Amino acid sequence: MRDVVCRRGGRELFANLTTKLRIGESLRVAGPNGVGKSSLIRMISGLLPCYQGVIDRTDSIALTDERAAMDRGSSVRNTLNFWAKLDRAAPASLEAAAAHFGLSPLMDVPTRMLSTGQRKRVTLARTMASGAKLWLLDEPGNGLDQRALAALGSAMDAHVAGGGAIVAASHFDLPHHFTGVITLGQDQQSVAA
Amino acid sequence: MTRWFWPIVNRDLAIAWSGGGLWLPVIFLMLVASLFPFAVGPDARLLSATGGGMLWIAALLAALLPVDRLIAPDVEAGFLDQYHVRGISDEMVALAKLVAHWVSFGPPLMLAALPAAALLKLDGATIARVEIGLAIGTPALAALGVLVAALTASLRSAGAIAGLLALPLAVPVLIFGAGSLHEGSGAALKFLAAIAILLVAITPVAAGAAIRAGRE
Repeated sequence: MRDVVCRRGGRELFANLTTKLRIGESLRVAGPNGVGKSSLIRMISGLLPCYQGVIDRTDSIALTDERAAMDRGSSVRNTLNFWAKLDRAAPASLEAAAAHFGLSPLMDVPTRMLSTGQRKRVTLARTMASGAKLWLLDEPGNGLDQRALAALGSAMDAHVAGGGAIVAASHFDLPHHFTGVITLGQDQQSVAA
Repeated sequence: MTRWFWPIVNRDLAIAWSGGGLWLPVIFLMLVASLFPFAVGPDARLLSATGGGMLWIAALLAALLPVDRLIAPDVEAGFLDQYHVRGISDEMVALAKLVAHWVSFGPPLMLAALPAAALLKLDGATIARVEIGLAIGTPALAALGVLVAALTASLRSAGAIAGLLALPLAVPVLIFGAGSLHEGSGAALKFLAAIAILLVAITPVAAGAAIRAGRE
């Protein structure tokens, strides 16, 4: 990622952001609301074009954002199976991811009955099972209780240790030791390693 | 490609099925066909002369019924973003949606056209021509539905604008579809087929571009 400039609605949100993420590293994007954290995540995922600059990305990605991409009528199991089919994920890894986020008792519940936190856990389980190298997490901790937060932390630890990489945007601290932090601010960005 | 193409089509079909979308076009066509004789009177000659064209209008409007449910909810829920992140191009998603939309209303409409034709006193030869015309024309109508749905996905009150946008584009389909009802009108069928091929070919590209533009 080199000299990335983000412009939304005619406003420059951040400029000249340069950073690099290798396998086994994780990056937290911090900053107050509206500073461009989600836009940065969407730019890395290729959903938004860069106004200037280049983002080079070589590995497969999995995105978790506030939109759950679930059908209201289908069960948790069917939802996860649908995405696992698209991700070519093994059923065993799907089961393991669902169990990790405590979804096993919820598998036959229609997704419209889920609470905010439960819905978030389903999207995190989908990301965990996807087998993608780079996880892009947009506010992954929102709506999670303490236990789910701990599960998220250990999932992130295992992913980074297992040869993956993570970019997570969060306005609060997550239970994971990030190898780097970008703080987007009104005037400056600081990159700490 | 087949790994993700058919699951996407299947999901769209399941949604159409569970949302009652599968029966809506059928019921709509039957409603029009059963109300039409009340409106113009029970004159069998008049009915059989105008009934075929009436069926085509009903088929066109039936195809546009589910337009607001084709793409906008998927944008809202993040499905299209998740497809994109997995490297599935927006064009292929639009093609999958086109296939699913056609399967969910084309064949049911062709079946419903049989009892509807009986209500409108169409003779056997005209029924056959209606069915051939629908077989060629419904893919065009499905393509039009997906195209308009993609173009209006990010708008509020998309349904009304979708109708306004689709109707001029649908006029050629209607002209040649209804024009193929007379004896010896093979040329109209060929024109209908040409329009169908054109719409089916441009829809994935145009709808994909519209989906991408909607992300900004």
